[in-house]
Amino acid sequence: MSTPSDLRDKLRKKRRALQESLGKVKDDTQALVPSDSDVTKENERTAVEKLTGRGDDPGETLRRSLKAQRMKKKKKLLEEMSMEGPPEEEMVNEEITAVQELQHDQEEHSVETLAEEGRSVRLQRDLPPLPVARADSSLSESSMRQRMREKLRVARSKAASLLQQEASLEQPSHLRGPRDRETLTRFDRETDLDVHEEESSFAARVKFRDAARKATRDKRTETGLPTEEEAYKFFTFNFDPEPQESRRKDRAKKKTRSTDDEENEGEEDEEEEEEETGRARAREGEDESRERDEDAPLVRDEEEDLFIIDQSAKDFLELKKADYIGYNRRVLREREIFFTPSTRPVPASCKLPENVQPRYLEDEGLYVGERPPVALSNQNILENRILKEDGGKKWFGDDGRILALPDPIKESSSRPPLYHLEEELDPALQTVYRKPLKSKYVNRYIAGVGDTQGDYQLDVDVSGLIFSHHPLFSKEHVLGARLAQLYDQYLSRQHKNLTCLLTDKLNGLRNTIRNMLELHSGEGISHVTQQRIAEYKQEVRHTRQLRDTEQEKDRTLLKSIIKVWKELKSLREDKGCTNTPYKLYIRREEIQRALDEQEQEAEILAEVAELQAESEEDYERKLNEYKRKHEEWKSWKKKQKTLKKKQKQRRQQSQDVDEEEEEDEHSEEELGEEPVKPEAPEKPDIAGLEQQVREKAAKIRRKPGEPVLVPELTASNPITPNEACPRGEISRREDVSKRSLFVKVLYNDKEVSRTDSRSLNMDFRVHFGQIFNLKIVNWPESIKLQIYEGVSSSSSLIAEVCVPVPESSVLTGSTPSEELEFSSNQRVTFNHEGVGSDVPVSFTNDGSNIQTLLTSGKLSCCVSWAVGEDDIPLAPPSTQHGAGMHSGLRQMDAIACIGASGLNDMKRLGKWAAESRLDPNDPNNASIMQLLSVASGGEVVAPDYFRLEQLQEEFNFLSDEELERSRRFRLIRLRSQEEPEFRNFKTIPATEREISEKVFEEYDRRLKEGEVIDTKEHIDAHRALVAKYLQKVRESVINRFLISKHHYILSDLVVEEEVPSIGVLGLNLFKLAEPKRPLKPRRKERKKVTAQNLSDGDIKLLVNIIRGYDIPIRKPHTSKPAAGSKGARSYTETFTAASTSQTALQASEWPLGQPVIRPFVEVSFQRTLLQTSTAEGPNPCWNEELVLPFSAPNGDYSTSSLQAVRDEVFISIFDEVLHDVVEDERERGSSVHTRIERHWLGSIKIPFSTIYMQSRIDGTFKLGTPSVLLGYSKERSLGSEGGYDAIRSLSEGTFLTLFITIEPQLVPGDSIREKMKDVKFDTQEVERLLLACEIFEKDAGQRYPDRPCVTTVVDINGKTVFITRFIRPLPPPQELLDAFPNNSQEATELVVRYVSLIPFLPDSVSFAGICDLWSTCDQFLTLLAGDEEEHAVLLCNYFLSMGKKAWLIIGTAIPEGPTAYVLTQEQNRYLIWNPSTGQYYGQHDTFCPLQTVGCLVNADNVWFNIQLYATPIRMSFDVTKPKFWKPFFSRSFPDPGLSSVQPEDLVYRRTDKAYAAELQDRIEKILREKIMEWRPRHPTRWNRYCTSTLRQFLPKLEMSGGREVAEEHRLELQSLLGDYRISGFPLHLPFSEIRPIIEAVYSTGVHNVEAPNVEFALAVYVHPYPSNVLSVWVYIASLVRTR
Amino acid sequence: MRKEFPEYDDLYCKYCFVYGHDWAPTSGLEEGISQITSKGRGSTQSLVWNFPLDITFKSTNPFGWPQIVVSVYGPDTFGNDVVRGYGAVHIPFTPGKHTRTIPMFVPESTSRLQKFTSWLMGRRPEYTDPKVVAQGEGREVTRVRSQGFVTLQFSIITKDMKKLGYDTTSGEQAPATRLAGTEQPYRS
Repeated sequence: MSTPSDLRDKLRKKRRALQESLGKVKDDTQALVPSDSDVTKENERTAVEKLTGRGDDPGETLRRSLKAQRMKKKKKLLEEMSMEGPPEEEMVNEEITAVQELQHDQEEHSVETLAEEGRSVRLQRDLPPLPVARADSSLSESSMRQRMREKLRVARSKAASLLQQEASLEQPSHLRGPRDRETLTRFDRETDLDVHEEESSFAARVKFRDAARKATRDKRTETGLPTEEEAYKFFTFNFDPEPQESRRKDRAKKKTRSTDDEENEGEEDEEEEEEETGRARAREGEDESRERDEDAPLVRDEEEDLFIIDQSAKDFLELKKADYIGYNRRVLREREIFFTPSTRPVPASCKLPENVQPRYLEDEGLYVGERPPVALSNQNILENRILKEDGGKKWFGDDGRILALPDPIKESSSRPPLYHLEEELDPALQTVYRKPLKSKYVNRYIAGVGDTQGDYQLDVDVSGLIFSHHPLFSKEHVLGARLAQLYDQYLSRQHKNLTCLLTDKLNGLRNTIRNMLELHSGEGISHVTQQRIAEYKQEVRHTRQLRDTEQEKDRTLLKSIIKVWKELKSLREDKGCTNTPYKLYIRREEIQRALDEQEQEAEILAEVAELQAESEEDYERKLNEYKRKHEEWKSWKKKQKTLKKKQKQRRQQSQDVDEEEEEDEHSEEELGEEPVKPEAPEKPDIAGLEQQVREKAAKIRRKPGEPVLVPELTASNPITPNEACPRGEISRREDVSKRSLFVKVLYNDKEVSRTDSRSLNMDFRVHFGQIFNLKIVNWPESIKLQIYEGVSSSSSLIAEVCVPVPESSVLTGSTPSEELEFSSNQRVTFNHEGVGSDVPVSFTNDGSNIQTLLTSGKLSCCVSWAVGEDDIPLAPPSTQHGAGMHSGLRQMDAIACIGASGLNDMKRLGKWAAESRLDPNDPNNASIMQLLSVASGGEVVAPDYFRLEQLQEEFNFLSDEELERSRRFRLIRLRSQEEPEFRNFKTIPATEREISEKVFEEYDRRLKEGEVIDTKEHIDAHRALVAKYLQKVRESVINRFLISKHHYILSDLVVEEEVPSIGVLGLNLFKLAEPKRPLKPRRKERKKVTAQNLSDGDIKLLVNIIRGYDIPIRKPHTSKPAAGSKGARSYTETFTAASTSQTALQASEWPLGQPVIRPFVEVSFQRTLLQTSTAEGPNPCWNEELVLPFSAPNGDYSTSSLQAVRDEVFISIFDEVLHDVVEDERERGSSVHTRIERHWLGSIKIPFSTIYMQSRIDGTFKLGTPSVLLGYSKERSLGSEGGYDAIRSLSEGTFLTLFITIEPQLVPGDSIREKMKDVKFDTQEVERLLLACEIFEKDAGQRYPDRPCVTTVVDINGKTVFITRFIRPLPPPQELLDAFPNNSQEATELVVRYVSLIPFLPDSVSFAGICDLWSTCDQFLTLLAGDEEEHAVLLCNYFLSMGKKAWLIIGTAIPEGPTAYVLTQEQNRYLIWNPSTGQYYGQHDTFCPLQTVGCLVNADNVWFNIQLYATPIRMSFDVTKPKFWKPFFSRSFPDPGLSSVQPEDLVYRRTDKAYAAELQDRIEKILREKIMEWRPRHPTRWNRYCTSTLRQFLPKLEMSGGREVAEEHRLELQSLLGDYRISGFPLHLPFSEIRPIIEAVYSTGVHNVEAPNVEFALAVYVHPYPSNVLSVWVYIASLVRTR
Repeated sequence: MRKEFPEYDDLYCKYCFVYGHDWAPTSGLEEGISQITSKGRGSTQSLVWNFPLDITFKSTNPFGWPQIVVSVYGPDTFGNDVVRGYGAVHIPFTPGKHTRTIPMFVPESTSRLQKFTSWLMGRRPEYTDPKVVAQGEGREVTRVRSQGFVTLQFSIITKDMKKLGYDTTSGEQAPATRLAGTEQPYRS
């Protein structure tokens, strides 16, 4: 099939042709009539011819059609090459659409049309233009024709109307009919090259075209489209002027093509047309059924030709412009052709027969296998496609699905198993071993080529050749050659002289025997001698026989020489001419007759004597034999007789003896074989012997006295000149003289040179005498000489002679030339005297003595190594040569050359070896012998497995155990495994002994004691368990993400600027206009650095302390206690008061010049302490940058390890207090002696992980200040305004503006978080929901990238869970609710407090940078550790159970970063709760740490914030407004009703009070020790009195939640310890471990007081809450006695 | 040290060493930056630094044998300092004089647009850390374009290698707990 483009081209062509013809036919039909008739006649005739031809020989037809097909293909190619022309309209399309059901067929046809087209074009080329003027028709005929045409027209119109219905009914097979027929006829014509025939077919085609045109036109009018004609005219109005002649021809071609096309293209039309015409012409008596007959159309062809309308040559001149089809039109048409199956599912009704309901076998209880999954869209496409086809419905089963096997996928592979279990390989799969074939052209180069000595030269000397027979030999030549041959034989025999030799030997033997006999004449001959004599005699006999045959041969040779010579002579006489110079002389050597006779006689006598002796001996031996045998026979006879006698006796004696016995005996006797009676040997006939000898002698020897004949062949006979020869001979001689010969020299099958061409002489000897010097580079493998004989210019190979490659010792000059025989079996005959070759020739006149002679001869040549100028042989060194030869031999399989087919046949090889008796010691046979030994030694054990690393074991220089034992190796291995202990182990010692076992101790212990948790550090057994559990979870989670940790993304490695958007570009442009040094510089983004390549000291923590607000001020000791500050306080009032609380600072109480406070900030990180300078006043401004070095654990600066850093930055504000310590008042004037004391006022702690994740922390933070600060006052306006202001806003407090960052900026672990998204978590959510989540989050992320949007979270099992599942009302501990049964607000606060008391443990710390893991509330309470999310969820759930409207806020806050808060709606206000601190803020609180609100979550839905602002102050929390909040579940995607993952109820365990007390004691003890430890140079005294006071005070603080007890407490203390200046404060912490408590105490710096008389007071109180939630209070104070 | 960057001029190079855990530099600078060099007038048109550097390492383990990472920078048409190539090579094992020619490459921009803007703005993609070119991990995510060659010449002295069982020399050589690699690239 051709390509689609080809196809289209063709279609266009056809259409165009059709168009053309349409126009032309219309123009002038009349003018063509005369020619038509003529054409028709012709056509008629040929058609009939064809018919008869076909009828005669169907076989022939078939053959022809095949041939034609082949031709077609060829033509098609030609046609395609020659094709050119403007694009034409695709007229065929319409036809095709008309018969869309038959589309495929049609396409096929059109393709085949190409072939036909090509053929017709070809035809046309060879033919002259249409003979227009060949009109010899009669008018009457034409008029009749006219009438017929009218009729035809009518018929046609009818046909056209019928066409549409019938076209679709046409059978495809039927459609092919006409085309096949066409093929046949065309081919016939082509072979005939009959012009007339061509014309007729042409005319027929015109008719077809006409019919088709009509049909198509009708069709078009029916469809309502613009007709092709119209369109065509529209597009092709203009003509290109072109040379007329060529155009003519072109036209003609096109015409034919077009008509041709037409036939095929509108095949249905044609057919129909034919039928119709047939019907119209009823007188023909044809009916439709007959027309459908295979042969019928042909007949009609002929008939219809009568109506042909042809056109004149003028029509061919019509020219057209290039066609153009508008795109839309084309699309429209293409749409008609093309079918694009839709992907929509096919309704079941289409797939099933009408009114049939789909039947599902499953429903009927039958088992239906599950089909393999197929994409639904693909299935739909297939179904649609099938349906489009005819009878597509049969592909569908009862259930409306495509019929298929239950499981079309084959279980086993379709490839047959290579190995059966026990058998050999399947014979079909057996590997066939072929010997490697060496490429002819791969040359083995002689080593050292290019060196000076690598100059090798072979000399090929072609001296000449002699024909022993040549086709041009005359008979005389043949005889002459034979004579010469015989003579040669004679000479060589003479040279060897075997007869003489044997005669001498014979004589010698005889003498020996005689001597022996003489020697032992006297005595008896010993046995040995006897034997020897016998041997000699044997030898004599043998020799004699040999001599006799030799003599006979000599004689026959001589005889035949003479005979041939005689023949030759007679031939010469016969022919009357002489062709050969041979002349035989026979010399007689006279011999003395007497002597000769004597000798002969003696010889004969001797022979006779010998023979006699022999025969006598023989006789005697035989006689002996006879005697022995005779004896035997005699004895046997006797026995027989006696036996017979016995039998007789027995018979007579015992008549009644058992017959059987008798029988036995009888048979026994019979068994005894009767020996043949030997005959006596005849006496040897001595006389006869002599006679024999003499006869023989006469035959093989010359007669006594006869002269010895010595033949002598000479070439001296004159050859008859040409003139005197008979005619045949002359022509032979002429022929001979025409012949010339040359020899080609082939080296390694490549022709290297050839001799000059030498003419053949009369004597059939050719002398070349040429030496070819071959400079060789390649190893000589073969040297061939090819003998060519040429007559005039042509030459033919006669024979090929292989010359052996010479040994390297064979050198030029020292080698005689060799004669190499050649022969050829070419059959040559002549009609002259030449005898020819391979032809029987008779040499006698009567025709007998027929011989068949083959061309043969001898080539004398010599191949040798050349000798250089300085007598150095130009041969490769023999060793090399040997090697070369060796490799040459190697090529040939030693076994293959002896017939065994290869190594695989061991038996045959063995047999062969046994037969050929190989010498096992011969080194040449070593390999074979080895093979044989293998073969005979049993089967070759081939391993039935395949090993990749077969030498693995050999390369193991150590056993695995030893390797395990090696400490160094273990260290290296553990390091590469990144075990935490060894992760960054530097410089592993070079030798084993340098590594102590201690290195592994820790690791081993960890492995061993992984289960056991040391309780010392954790104090609390429960917490230890929790820690253990967390550790396990962490490990498992870390393992899960190990792979993705090593997965890098581009941004990890390559820094690339982002493509600037228009906005950014604009901003950049705007920046150009910006002042270079702005007055208010902004922080710029810095270059990020991946953490992995850092080392200690590279990373610094920058803390910029800017300013502080509302720092508590010192209170003079004398100040009066404030009036009852206690009151009914509610948070509702708090907020009303908030606005008025910002009152001016009243510093009136302090005397002028005395500083209210001298605060400074101290930052402590990783035990590094730095402090700012001291500022003054309660609102100080430091604006100082502190640089703290950072070192990662183990020096590992990888992202994961950095994220795991648990260190916190403590930022504390201290008050610097100067104490005058001058004891002596007298010195006051001259010296200043003060002691600096610092008093802790408050602190913030920021985990390093937060800084790391957020890369910078910038903002104003509330300082964690102790609720009671002895000696300080936060109540600025306390003194003046009393009670009103005492009710402070909670948001008030001490604030610090900070900027913290890491230098250089580290790439935060976010990238890992991002990567996590690639990791698919297990999930139980439905796919649809997850998809929606993805879309929702993506959408949110695109629109508001800074607003966190969370819809799915990962629970502690690593499964994705939809977030709303975490929200469920859960009751808080009952005892909390019971505490304030009447005050819901109090209860609420208590609940919040309870939640905030659950220790905070950020996820990023516990699950180093992996992801947020959300635990359910019960898990949270069990673990007693969690981050913001868990706290928030728990709080939210409590609030919900308490009947509040609560939401979870997902947003960002400082300093936590992305976090979760809780939103509650109280009356008409929204409150924002920080669950981890327990604080709450109003929506409009400026100091609310919540910065951005991303989304709100409750049990039902998730709302994403799509408001303009994300800060709580500026936004609305009304989730019902779709303008502000985008809900996840909406009407389009309703809530599927997700069940909660939270438990229905929380179980709270009562915490053991005793346990709390115990813990309290332990903490106190530890802290005491620690403080003493921190004060190594000073004695630490504890004020017991104070401590006990404080201890009493702490529970009160706990009860009040740490508020508003300060003043009375202070007063209380004051009264108790009047003489002391007390500074101290209670610390409140949730309890998780003891370490944070110690840290917190340390950071206050209370222990740093260095006054000599300082005393300390420390009290610890642990308040137990349900479920082991413990509230720890540490009251620490320093007391300095003022007096 | 010589460099063949056909179309650039006024280049300088930074070098640093990447080595395993068991290696420690005992003397010399681990990182450095060369002077700016201009194209030679000669026919070779190569940029010659002749910048000597000297460093000594000690180690207990051949694992993590030091590699030198060279990154070349130079101004682009707009005068922005852009990277012209990264390359790394192991320091030769055997004592003696060695010449190494390192093929240099730069990371490719992720898209045509990126390429254009980076060209325009003079902010070509760079490795976050040049040391990654001496490592295999994560390199699969980057696509690079080759960018010329840098020729380094090393003069290596080793000590006590044989004592530890590592024979890096063909003949009998002074043996090593301490390996000293001296690198003295100069014009070759």
